[in-house]
Amino acid sequence: MEKILPAKDRLLKSKTSRLDGESRGKLIVILCAVIMISATIAITIFLGTKGLQSFTKNGVSILEFLTSTKWNPTDKANPGYGVLPFIFGSFAVTFLSALVAAPLGIGGAIFMTEIAPSWGRKVLQPVVELLVGIPSVVYGFIGLSVLVPFIRENVGGLGFSLLTGTIVLAIMILPTITTIATDAISSLPSHLREGSYALGATRWQTIRKVLIPAAMPSLLTAIILGMARAFGEALAVQMVIGNVRNLPTSILDASATLTTIITLNMGHTTYGSVENNTLWSMGLILLIMSFAFILLIRYLSSRRKLR
Amino acid sequence: MAIQTLTRDIFDVKDLNLWYGDHHALKDIHFPIQKKEVTAMIGPSGCGKSTFLKTLNLMNKMIPNVKITGEVNFDGQNILNPKTDLVELRKHVGMVFQKGNPFPQSIYDNVAYGPRIHGIKKKKHLDEIVTKSLMDVALWDEVKDRLNAPALGLSGGQQQRLCIARALATKPDVLLMDEPTSALDPISTLKIEELIFELKEKYTIVIVTHNMQQAARVSDKTAFFLMGEMIEFDETTKIFSMPKDSRTEDYITGRFG
Repeated sequence: MEKILPAKDRLLKSKTSRLDGESRGKLIVILCAVIMISATIAITIFLGTKGLQSFTKNGVSILEFLTSTKWNPTDKANPGYGVLPFIFGSFAVTFLSALVAAPLGIGGAIFMTEIAPSWGRKVLQPVVELLVGIPSVVYGFIGLSVLVPFIRENVGGLGFSLLTGTIVLAIMILPTITTIATDAISSLPSHLREGSYALGATRWQTIRKVLIPAAMPSLLTAIILGMARAFGEALAVQMVIGNVRNLPTSILDASATLTTIITLNMGHTTYGSVENNTLWSMGLILLIMSFAFILLIRYLSSRRKLR
Repeated sequence: MAIQTLTRDIFDVKDLNLWYGDHHALKDIHFPIQKKEVTAMIGPSGCGKSTFLKTLNLMNKMIPNVKITGEVNFDGQNILNPKTDLVELRKHVGMVFQKGNPFPQSIYDNVAYGPRIHGIKKKKHLDEIVTKSLMDVALWDEVKDRLNAPALGLSGGQQQRLCIARALATKPDVLLMDEPTSALDPISTLKIEELIFELKEKYTIVIVTHNMQQAARVSDKTAFFLMGEMIEFDETTKIFSMPKDSRTEDYITGRFG
């Protein structure tokens, strides 16, 4: 007969090899998390110190930086470090492109989930995935060779404009909005649809009065994520927006954004110079904005849980 | 009105067959449902009772590959006719689901949803309907001070009663209930059963239930379903005291299912 060990010996943990694998696995994932967190913290600290140097070391006034429209860092006698036109440009293309892409993306999402879930998804899903896969330089190139002349000839202005940047960005953020909106709507429990249909609602009434309101926090998240992408996009915008220092007065005016000014100037400024430091300050603004977008998304998802 | 006085059967189902793809889910169902009675449907899982219920307001038309033949006459009109106006049908044949499914909106908006989509806009009229519907389900006293609070903040039993109120708000003739208490605790279940008793004064109720005591308690007539067939349909007292079919007897005495 097999000898049975007393319960104390069987149940109390001993430092046997079985637990070694357990702690090794734990160590690996903790390490992954630590690396990710420290990378983020390092970038934030670096950008924070670097971005503040133009104010602390070079004596550029923060107020002037944020509110002046005069950007002339290379003028030795009378330099200007105002980036308001670029802040304005960044916000303008971001909001305008979201304004174009949000209805399109949410409409596409509704089409895929509610109107034609079988073939609509089969056709639109690959299209959206393809849009994600196109590199931003290609978007910029197409914008530059097709959209710029088209707008110059048919709408007016130089062709390099806020409008052109908006259109290019809208197409670029469309997949983000569409994908998240599709997930949001299709993850709504089917009992909401059934409940609405059982009360005699039509499909459109169900979409408009039940599904869209129920998905609203996620839809807003989709739009904000799209905006975050638009705010940070540099290359494609730079190729079509014209990159001038003036505050634009119409959407047909050429303009510039924080990202386009950074990419244009980082190559020819010397590290440590005032101009270079102001570029870092613009980078800091971008970082702060992306934190703001994340906070907004957090706020929305906490509201979603409450409901 | 002429038809209604001629026949007391609000639903008259004849030769109903239903397929989900190749699966023959309902077989030759004949089933009259009388006005202002509670008709219960019992049977083991997958026997077709919920499918049958969902045929009465054509909810299963939304499922792809479903094929329905035969006649489902509502007030003398065959609703399987492809020209049937689903909006109008579902206005008259309300439905309550297994689990309370309020919309993520306020209590008021949930109840007002039906009347609103059917074109009632006046605030005063909507107020009346909401108040009355909530009173009908004995929820009014519990929620009258927080009509604008989110419906999802209510307890499970309250949510289910809210859903019944929501169904009543479109002033239906028939109320279909698909295992309305299966997700509720005994006290909430009792409240819903008491409610069914009161509602049958005004409405025709068809209820699917897994709980045989519930069928015995609340219904006037009971139908026993097995493998897509309706085995027996009679007065509830007869079904539970002297069933004609041995399979019915086996089921209600708990020998299978």
